[in-house]
Amino acid sequence: MDADGLHLSLDYLGSSGVILSTEQKASLQNSLLLLKNREKFASVELWGKITGIQGEYFIAQGIGNDKLSDRKCHYSTDCRKWAQLPKLDDSARARALKVEGRFMGDASYEAEYIEPPVNSSDPHATGQTVVVREEDRLTAVVDAISHDVAVAPRGAYIKNPQEVVLRNRSFRGLSIAEASNLNSYFHFRPAEELDKKSLIQKANLDKAIDFLDCIEDDIPHVIS
Amino acid sequence: RPGNRVNMATSEELAFQNAKAYLLKNSTISGINMYDHLSQIINRVLDERPDNAVDVVGDLSRDLKRTAFTKESETIQETESPSGAVALAQAQAKLFEVTTEPEEAEADEDLQPIVPNVAETAFYFEQTGVGLSREETFRIFLALKQLSKDQPMETVRFWGKLFGTLGNYIVAEVEFKDGEGEDEQMEGEEGDADPELPQRDTSEDQEDEEEKADEPPKSQYKPPPVIPREESRMGTNKKIYFVTTEPGIPWVRLPPVTPAQIAMARKTKKFLTGRLDAPIVSNPPFPGNESNYLRAQIQRISAATHVSPINYYQFEEDEEEEEEEARDSFVVNTEYEGMSYKELADPSLSGWVHHVQYILPQGRCVWYNPVQKAEEEFEDEEEEEEREEPDEPEPEKGPPLLTPLSEDTQLEGQPPWSTTLSTSFATSYTIVGIHSNQWPGAHAFAIDRKFENVYVGWGLKYQPGCFQPALPNQGEKEHPVGEDITETDDPTPEEEAALRAAQEGADQEEEEEEEEEEDDD
Repeated sequence: MDADGLHLSLDYLGSSGVILSTEQKASLQNSLLLLKNREKFASVELWGKITGIQGEYFIAQGIGNDKLSDRKCHYSTDCRKWAQLPKLDDSARARALKVEGRFMGDASYEAEYIEPPVNSSDPHATGQTVVVREEDRLTAVVDAISHDVAVAPRGAYIKNPQEVVLRNRSFRGLSIAEASNLNSYFHFRPAEELDKKSLIQKANLDKAIDFLDCIEDDIPHVIS
Repeated sequence: RPGNRVNMATSEELAFQNAKAYLLKNSTISGINMYDHLSQIINRVLDERPDNAVDVVGDLSRDLKRTAFTKESETIQETESPSGAVALAQAQAKLFEVTTEPEEAEADEDLQPIVPNVAETAFYFEQTGVGLSREETFRIFLALKQLSKDQPMETVRFWGKLFGTLGNYIVAEVEFKDGEGEDEQMEGEEGDADPELPQRDTSEDQEDEEEKADEPPKSQYKPPPVIPREESRMGTNKKIYFVTTEPGIPWVRLPPVTPAQIAMARKTKKFLTGRLDAPIVSNPPFPGNESNYLRAQIQRISAATHVSPINYYQFEEDEEEEEEEARDSFVVNTEYEGMSYKELADPSLSGWVHHVQYILPQGRCVWYNPVQKAEEEFEDEEEEEEREEPDEPEPEKGPPLLTPLSEDTQLEGQPPWSTTLSTSFATSYTIVGIHSNQWPGAHAFAIDRKFENVYVGWGLKYQPGCFQPALPNQGEKEHPVGEDITETDDPTPEEEAALRAAQEGADQEEEEEEEEEEDDD
């Protein structure tokens, strides 16, 4: 949700129980603008918040030129000071995603889990204890959530001939019929399923608009 | 020759023809085309010769379009069916009607208002980061007001909002005035399962004796006795709940909850769908549909998460205090002074108490002994001997009413509640909010003498790890093979034929012997 119209857009989410307190909204209006200025982002979006047991994490994404891939995640516990989330390699990410239970609310908290023993003949062997920092777990979880559920309507983003993804200025929104059809929404992530489509399906696609995965192809399929 | 002429066309001529064809294409909206329009503009300019013609060419173009003759209307009219938003708005328009006349409105002000100040409560919750948008809260307030007009009730409260996959539920908690609000239809739906075997008339005994020998053996299975639900206004059925999917749609009353439904709801984990008649498919099978499951979840959430600051409610002072019976009613403490934010936000949570009765594992608040009922009923003597007496079950106990939250069990090292302050800048005005970790979505706030509870969530209890439904029961074992009953293979056709041949041979021998005997005679 773009930081510029944050308090207006938040109203739309109210009926799903997503609201921020007045103090949080006021702090965000102030600190997000400063963050954008400091890091020289083209725009800043509030990604959301993750509630821990002792505190909350607010996640914001700073966006550069390419709206799809040029994103940097920052987090804050008090809506005022923002820190960048660390980058993880694949093995660290896999370890971070195995931690179970709720977030604590403290970025330096270290969670532990026991790696089950591999190829051990001893039935009583206990695996190694793996320690994961809460900050790393936060990065992994935010990326996993974005990968699975970030959606954009068809036509909102276009790819220019230089392969840069931009906001479509002539996007007027979806009609009511289109909006209730799952076909009109895409996963907002680098495309994974596009190559698996048949040539006939690919011929019907508009290369500037249909460069993302459609959510209708997701498994499990919607039943009703 | 014509064929050659076409081949002689140069590429420039082709390009010219393509351009002219494009300009001659009629617009789908206004029916005019570019070629004709431009030629009209040039004609007009040459006729009128205005000054600075190039600057006014835009006005000329607009003028020409305005004065051109266009068809007024299409013969086929597009009718768009009204969208769901319009239908809902029409239903909600009724909420906004002011129906009371000014004189009646004044009389109403004297009576105690039944519907609480929902907007004020919502404001306090909003400061702690909980709730729904302000406009929705106002619509809910109007819907509660409409509900209180339709039915005679003592108190009504906004309990919360439950989300579902196809629709949501807005829940109102209602307490009716004494003697009112009994829904006879609800009572009649209770099925009394009789665990007793049917009694037999003595006159038919003789015939039955003969038939007994031929009938297959009857099943010895006796289902466990059905535990009756608690009476209205007691225990789990203390309050009545109404639900609606959107403010404006008429409220639907939820049926009272039975202990079996609560016990089954504890064993399964389901999303709500938003339709009250949706089936709940689970193992063990859930006795009821979504309206029963919803009611059971509402009761579980109320029992686990409805809290108030300590000393807000007090037990009535009775002269005879029976220590064995649990106290189940309390009154508002008129001398409650409010507590400081430090006491309320203390992580040990000793400043808060539960004010809804704990639900025992049986599914009721007051334990019911299922054995006592069987002994009181009249039985035939033979049946009494055959029946095995079950052991007396142990009475189940739970924490009494008004126990502080510090007694709540921790789940895997995670505290059962989290506290937040609405603002860190002004400690004298800060509102203390507490949020349940056992039932994510249950919240409460307190400041000065005010407090309130609300639930905004999916109706699911927190469970670390994955939910594992119960596996179906094992199949019954076959009767063990032993002395009384052995199972042998059926004879094959060859064996049967051999047996038949042997028998015929034996018969023939007998006949021959008889003939010989006769002959002898």
